[in-house]
Amino acid sequence: MQETISFTPQLAASPIAEILWLIPAVPMVAAGIAALLMQAKRKTSATLAIGSISVSLLLSLMAFAHVLAGWLHGQAVRETVSFTWIQVGSANIDLGWVLDPLSAVMLAMVSFVGLLIFIYSVGYIKHDESFTRFFCFMSLFAGAMLGVVISNSILLLFMCWELVGLTSYLLIGFWYQRPAAAAAAKKAFLTTRIGDVFFLLGMVWLFAQTGTLVFYQSGGGALEPAALAVLLSQHAGLGLTAAGAIGLLIFAGAAGKSGQFPLHVWLPDAMEGPTPVSALIHAATMVAAGVYLIARVYPLMAAGALAGGTTTALTVVTWVGAFTAVFAALIAVAQNDIKRILAYSTVSQLGYMMAGLGMGGVAVGMFHLITHAFFKALLFLGAGSVIHGCQGEQDVRRMGGLKSDMPLTFLTYAIGMLALCGFPLIFSGFWSKDGILEAAQHWSVAKTPFYMLVFGALLTAFYMTRQVVYVFGGHWRGGKPAHESPAVMLVPLGILAFFAMVLGFIGTPAWPWFSAFIDGRVAGFAWRGFMESGLLMLMGASTLVVFLGLGLGWKLYGDRSPKPSEPDALERMIPPVWAALRDKLYVDELYGVTVIAFYGWWARVADWLDRQVWGGVVAGVAWGFGLGAQLNRFLDTNVVDGVFDKGCDELSVGGGLLARMQTGRVQTYLRILALAVVVLAAILFWSSRA
Amino acid sequence: MTPLTSYLLVAALLFSIGLAGALTRRNAILVLIGIELMLNAANLNLIAFWRYGPHPELLTGMMFAIFSIAVAAAEAAVGLGLVIQIHRHAKTTDLDQMNRMKG
Amino acid sequence: MSFVSYILAALTVAGGLAAMLLKNTVHCALALTVAFAGLALLFLNLDAQFAGFAQILVYIGAVAILVVFAILLTRGSETPRDGVFSKSWPLGLVIAAGVFAVLGWAAIGSARVLPHETAAPTVTVLQIGNALVSRYVLPLEIVAVLLTAAMIGAVIVAMHEKEGQK
Repeated sequence: MQETISFTPQLAASPIAEILWLIPAVPMVAAGIAALLMQAKRKTSATLAIGSISVSLLLSLMAFAHVLAGWLHGQAVRETVSFTWIQVGSANIDLGWVLDPLSAVMLAMVSFVGLLIFIYSVGYIKHDESFTRFFCFMSLFAGAMLGVVISNSILLLFMCWELVGLTSYLLIGFWYQRPAAAAAAKKAFLTTRIGDVFFLLGMVWLFAQTGTLVFYQSGGGALEPAALAVLLSQHAGLGLTAAGAIGLLIFAGAAGKSGQFPLHVWLPDAMEGPTPVSALIHAATMVAAGVYLIARVYPLMAAGALAGGTTTALTVVTWVGAFTAVFAALIAVAQNDIKRILAYSTVSQLGYMMAGLGMGGVAVGMFHLITHAFFKALLFLGAGSVIHGCQGEQDVRRMGGLKSDMPLTFLTYAIGMLALCGFPLIFSGFWSKDGILEAAQHWSVAKTPFYMLVFGALLTAFYMTRQVVYVFGGHWRGGKPAHESPAVMLVPLGILAFFAMVLGFIGTPAWPWFSAFIDGRVAGFAWRGFMESGLLMLMGASTLVVFLGLGLGWKLYGDRSPKPSEPDALERMIPPVWAALRDKLYVDELYGVTVIAFYGWWARVADWLDRQVWGGVVAGVAWGFGLGAQLNRFLDTNVVDGVFDKGCDELSVGGGLLARMQTGRVQTYLRILALAVVVLAAILFWSSRA
Repeated sequence: MTPLTSYLLVAALLFSIGLAGALTRRNAILVLIGIELMLNAANLNLIAFWRYGPHPELLTGMMFAIFSIAVAAAEAAVGLGLVIQIHRHAKTTDLDQMNRMKG
Repeated sequence: MSFVSYILAALTVAGGLAAMLLKNTVHCALALTVAFAGLALLFLNLDAQFAGFAQILVYIGAVAILVVFAILLTRGSETPRDGVFSKSWPLGLVIAAGVFAVLGWAAIGSARVLPHETAAPTVTVLQIGNALVSRYVLPLEIVAVLLTAAMIGAVIVAMHEKEGQK
C-alpha cells in the first residue's frame, strides 16, 4: 500500500511562489517589446524571445525544484497567491496563481519544449521576411500558455486561454497572404470559440453556485470539499448534479481546444502555419491545454464518485476521448501530407489523453501529455527539417530515400516515431500509453474503450510506419535533391529525442514516480510493481499490437516507393474505404452543409436587415435633418434677415430724422437748452410744491 | 405781494426778455447782449435775496453778485473777441448763416 | 415795493426791451447801457451800494464799451437785408415766455415761504474787504486767475488770424 500525503493547507507562500507570476509575464513583456521593433531587427527579436523563455525556464525549474524538495520531505506542496481583482457588491472576483506538482511539471515541460522550439525556429524562419513578427507572436503565446498553467482562478485561466487561442490564430495565419492560411486561422478560431462558449457558461454557473472562481483558497476555493459539496447537492436535470453539468461544460471547452470529435476539424487545417508553430502550439502545448484544464478541474469532474466508481462527466470524457482516438487514427492512415498525418496523429493522441484522464485519473492522463509533448514536438520539428531540406515539399509521395540524404533527421525522427507507436521499454510512449491501457482495462463501466484504444495503437503503428517508409525509405521521387538541415535545427531535435527515450522511466510500474508526485503520495523503487495483476500480460499484448502494426506497414509499403500517380497500396485493396478516409470521413462537408449554410443564411438576413431596415432608418433620419436644415435656411434668409435688414433700415431712417436736429445753428441749440431747463424747472418746482 | 416777490418777478421778466433776444436775434453780438441781460437779472435776484433774506450780515448774496459781475466781464471780453474772429472768417455775424456743423 | 423801485424797474425793463427790439445794433448797445444803469440804481435802492457801484464801473464802464467796440469792428451798424430777427423767431419767443411762466409761477407760488420786509443792513466797504480776504479768499484768487486767463485768451483769440495772414 502506498502512503498518501495530503496537500498542505495554505501557508505563507514561498518566495518562488510569490514570483511565480514572472514566468508568464516575462515572455509577454518580451512580446510587447518585440511588437514595437522594426522588421529588420531580427537578432534583437530572437534574442528577446529566447532570452525571455530561458528566464521562464529557469524560474520554472526553480519552482519545480521547490515542489520536488517538498515532496522529498514528505510534504505535498500546494501554494497559492491570490489577490482581489474586482469587487462586485459583496462578491469578490479574485485572480491568482498556484504552485503544486501539476503546475510544476507542466511549467517545466512547456518552457523547456518552448525554448527548444524557439532555438529551432531561428534556423527555420531565417529566410522569412516577417522574422520579428514570428518571435513576437511566439513569445506572446509562451506567456499566455504559461499563464494558463499557473492560474489558480478559472477566470484568469479563461483569459489566458483566450489569449492562447488568439496567438494560435495569429500564428496559423502567419503567412496571411495565402488564402488557405487565412481561412485555416479563421476556422481554428471559430471552432475553438464554440467550445469556449460552453466553457464560459460552465464558469458562470460555477461562480453562481459557489460564489468563487478560485480553485484553491484555504478551504474556500471552488475545487475544495466545501464548494464541491454545494455543487453536488444541486441537481441539473438529465440525472446530473451541478458538479457534473459544470464539468461537462468545461469539458466542451477543452474539447474545442484539444481537438476532440466533433470539434477536431480545425487542427489538420492548422498545419498551414509554419512547422515550429505546429510543433509548439498544435502538438506539445496549446492542444494539451485542454487536457491540462480537465486535469486541473479533476476534483470537480470526479466529485460524487463512489469508491472505485466514476461519474457521468468522466464517463463522457472517456467515451469522447476513445472515439476520437480511433476516428483520427483511421483518417491518418489515408493522408499524404507529412504534417497532416502528424496532425491527425495528434488528435488521436489527445483522445488517448482524455480517455486516460477519464479512466485513470490525473496522473495517467498527464504522464501521456508530458511524453507526447516531447516526441510529438520532435516529430513535427523533424518534419520541418524534412520540409526545409526538400525545399518546401510536403507530399510524402514526392519524398523518399532521405535516410541517406538526411541521416540525423532520420535518426531523431525514427526515435520519435517509435516513441509514438509505443515501442517497448526504451521509448517513453510505451510507458505512458500502457498506463492508459492499464486504466482502461480496469475500468468499471465498460471494456469497449480498451479495445478501441488497442485498435488505435495498431493504427498508430501502421500509419507511422507508412509515413516513415514513404519519407525516408526507398528512393528519392522529388525534384531537386534534398540536403540536411543546419545545426541550429538539429540540436533541438537531438535533445528532444533524448527526452523521448528517457522520460518514460519516471512512470514505470516499478517506480511510479510521476503519479506519486502528482497525486501526493510516496513512491519507492520496487520491481514488485510489475507483478500487479495482468500488468505483464498487458505489456506483452501492447508490444504485440505495436509489432503487428509495424509489420503490416512494412509489408504494404516496404521499400517500394510508389510514384505519386500510382494508387496507394492500401487503396488498391479497399478503394471505397480509402476514399472515405482520405476525405476525412466527410466531417468538414457535413459542417459545411449544416452549420455553415445556416450561418450563411443568417448572415444574409442580417445584411438585409442592416441595409434595408437600419440603413433605411438612418437615411430617414438624415433626410429629416436635411429638411430641418432647409427650413432653417428659409427662416434665416427670409425671417431673420428680413427682420434684421428692416430694422437696420428703420434705424437709418430714424438716424436721419434725428440728424435733422443738428442744424449747425447755435440758436437752435440754445432753444433746445432753454426748453429743457424750463421742463426741468417745472418738474422740480411741481414736485417740491407737493 | 412782498417786495421780494416783486423784485423776483422783475428779475424773471428781465431774464425772459434777455432770453427771447438771445433766441431770436440774428446778430451774434445781440445774442451776447441778451446773455448779459440774463446775467444781470440773476444778479438782481441775488441782491434781492441778500437784502430780504436771513443773515444779510454774512454778505453771501453781495459777494456772489460781485463775483458774478467779475466773471461776466471776463466772459463778455472773450465772447466778443470770438465774435470778432468769426466776423473776420465768415465776413458776417449772421447766425442763421453759420451752419457748417449741420449734421 | 416803493414807488421809486417801480420807476426804476420799469426803466430797466424798458431798456432791456429796447435792447432786444431795436433794429440798429448801436441803438441796442445804448439801450443796454440804460438797462445797466437802471439795474445799478436798483442795487442802490436795495442797500447794496458796493454792488451798485461795481455794476456801474464794470458793466457800464467796461462791458458796454466793449460791446460798442465789437459792433463797430464788425460793421454791425449796417442793417441786414433779411431783417434782424431769425426765421423761426416765434419759437424762441414761445420758449422765453415759457421760461417766464415757470419763473413767475415759482416766484409767486413760493411767496408764502419767502421772508418779509426786514431792516436794512448796514454794510461797510471794510466789511466787504475783510470778507474778501478771509471767508471768500479762495473765490477771490480763482476769479483773479480767471480774469488773467480771460485776458490772455481774448488777446490770443483775437490775434491768431492776424499772424496767419502775415
